[in-house]
Amino acid sequence: MIRLDNLTKVFDTPKGAVVAADRISLEVPPGEICILLGPSGCGKTTILKMINRIVQPTSGKVFINGEDALNMNLEELRRGIGYVIQQIGLFPNMTIEENITIVPKLLGWDPAKYKERARELMAMISMEPDSFLNRYPSELSGGQQQRIGVARALAADPPVMLMDEPFGAIDPINRATIQDEFLIMQEQLKKTIMFVSHDIDEAIKMGDRIAVFRKGHLVQYDTPDDLLAAPRNTFIESFLGEDRAFKRLSLVKVREVVSDNIGTVTPDDSLETALKRMDDFGYQLSILVVNNRHQPVGMVSRAVARTTRGFCGDHLQNVPATIELDDNLHKAAALMFAKDTVWLPCVDAEGRVRGQISQRAMTHHLGARFRSQENGSHHSSTPVEE
Amino acid sequence: MPIQSLNMALRALVLVAIFFAGAWGQSSGVIDDFLFYIPDVQYLMGQHLWLTAVSGGLAILVAIPVGIVLSRPSMERWAETVMQVFNIGTTIPTLAVLALAMSFLGIGTVPSVFALFVATLLPIVRNTYTGLRGVDPALLEAAAGIGMSPMQRLFRVELPNALYVIFAGIRTALVLNVGTVPLAFLIGGGGLGELIFTGIDLFDPVMMLAGAIPTALLAVLVDACIAVAAFLMIQRGVNPDRA
Ligand SMILES: Nc1ncnc2c1ncn2[C@@H]1O[C@H](COP(=O)(O)OP(=O)(O)OP(=O)(O)O)[C@@H](O)[C@H]1O
Ligand SMILES: [Mg+2]
Repeated sequence: MIRLDNLTKVFDTPKGAVVAADRISLEVPPGEICILLGPSGCGKTTILKMINRIVQPTSGKVFINGEDALNMNLEELRRGIGYVIQQIGLFPNMTIEENITIVPKLLGWDPAKYKERARELMAMISMEPDSFLNRYPSELSGGQQQRIGVARALAADPPVMLMDEPFGAIDPINRATIQDEFLIMQEQLKKTIMFVSHDIDEAIKMGDRIAVFRKGHLVQYDTPDDLLAAPRNTFIESFLGEDRAFKRLSLVKVREVVSDNIGTVTPDDSLETALKRMDDFGYQLSILVVNNRHQPVGMVSRAVARTTRGFCGDHLQNVPATIELDDNLHKAAALMFAKDTVWLPCVDAEGRVRGQISQRAMTHHLGARFRSQENGSHHSSTPVEE
Repeated sequence: MPIQSLNMALRALVLVAIFFAGAWGQSSGVIDDFLFYIPDVQYLMGQHLWLTAVSGGLAILVAIPVGIVLSRPSMERWAETVMQVFNIGTTIPTLAVLALAMSFLGIGTVPSVFALFVATLLPIVRNTYTGLRGVDPALLEAAAGIGMSPMQRLFRVELPNALYVIFAGIRTALVLNVGTVPLAFLIGGGGLGELIFTGIDLFDPVMMLAGAIPTALLAVLVDACIAVAAFLMIQRGVNPDRA
């Protein structure tokens, strides 16, 4: 757990005092990722550096797992915190392997163990150990160096991590891979992480909570969904962007919106039955046909059912697409647009139909959250510092 | 093609020139005159190298710690002033330093070593200081953030990354030292200066060259040795020569 209590930093510069952090109080629960988000110069890096005491706070306190960080032995404190600096900062005089294993060495691990660890970490950041471990940082691209920086911070498996824009120099494709890998790792290791980012999409993807800063103030600290649903003021709204409703799509699982009220027929049903069921359920265009294990096998269209006689099994058309319950709404919406359809059958991991999701249900779900938040914030209109 | 043939022609010309110089040297007896000084040259060269080794070694041992201390953040306020004083020190001619050393240490080896030591000290201090100050602050931050103690930071990060610049200082200083040792003869320190200055006094160019040429060769040799040492000692990642 990381807790900041009225943490303040004032820099004395020749041009006067700069307040880089103004009475910041926030708490990151154990095992969660907290994203520090905000425009350049708002104090994100300064806050991070006060936690491992690279920067001495002007006032306020930092607690790590309940212990006052300002009273801890400096080297011990820092060795327990993985630190990824914004400028990457690999040691040019050391090979990649030496860079990655530096903390385990400081902690006195034996060589066999830390060499093994280096290879493990390389796999995690999807870099080939044999071709990279013996190179020097100057022989790597910026994005590769940045990945090594992350590996170095992870090396001794610290319970707390401070990461300052750790994926900023990596191309979008590799970045997405690393983010996914990192989240999988986090799923198992449950580290407490403070993670600085400029990028709202990264924040939404990676963060359990997001703290948005402006000019040294903490403006809002919320879960990604609450932040997107109820931005506190116009600054946050503009920072999140006009399309913030779309961004929420990736935060909601199909499972939360699915309606289990779906009418289906089997291949052995007559087309007459199919037509009747379409009328019962109010389907305008077609109805889903499922087999005896409840897996979709095709569709029967209203036009066919009305003009033809026979069995559904003989008049099957393709199912345009299905979506799994654990997929998110972003994928659902993308599939609907791609297949030009307003609803999708939802299937579980075994491919059995469990319900359906419609465009209306999606917009309603997002809108409902938004409306309730708006009403809520009218009652408790908290003053917001600007 | 034309450049290559020009090159060949030039080489041939140099070979011919060397041949004729040799032939002339042989016929005029200059070579025999040179050979006459070989025992002297051997002895004085040993003395010369000894002076360089002792004064240079002492200078390295003193200058690097001084440079390190000056580069510490806690010394920031003083460091620039001290470096200015050192820079002024460099502008004092070595001959003057020799004279000063002689006036309170007398004549012989001790004042010679002292004066050479002073002349050699400054470039090494300056390069150690600037080399350490020039280490990327991001590296120091990363090193601190990882939990290295100040000593670990110095030995594992700062010095290795400043080593190229420090070696450049040592190289300049020792080459300068070898070239300055002949002056030590003036206060009784010995070395190849004995042949050079006596040769000048006696209007004996052969004697003078018997001192000057080995001095020049020694300077080139020392320079090459340090270059090799630097090549081998500085890690590949921070060694532009090995990139
Ligand atoms: N050592 C320092 N001395 C004086 N001012 C500083 C110092 N470090 C940071 N600042 C100032 O404090 C403010 C916050 O800086 P900080 O580096 O924390 O911003 P940031 O949010 O990390 O920005 P970015 O996204 O660009 O990295 C800035 O106005 C900066 O100029
Ligand atoms: Mg920053």
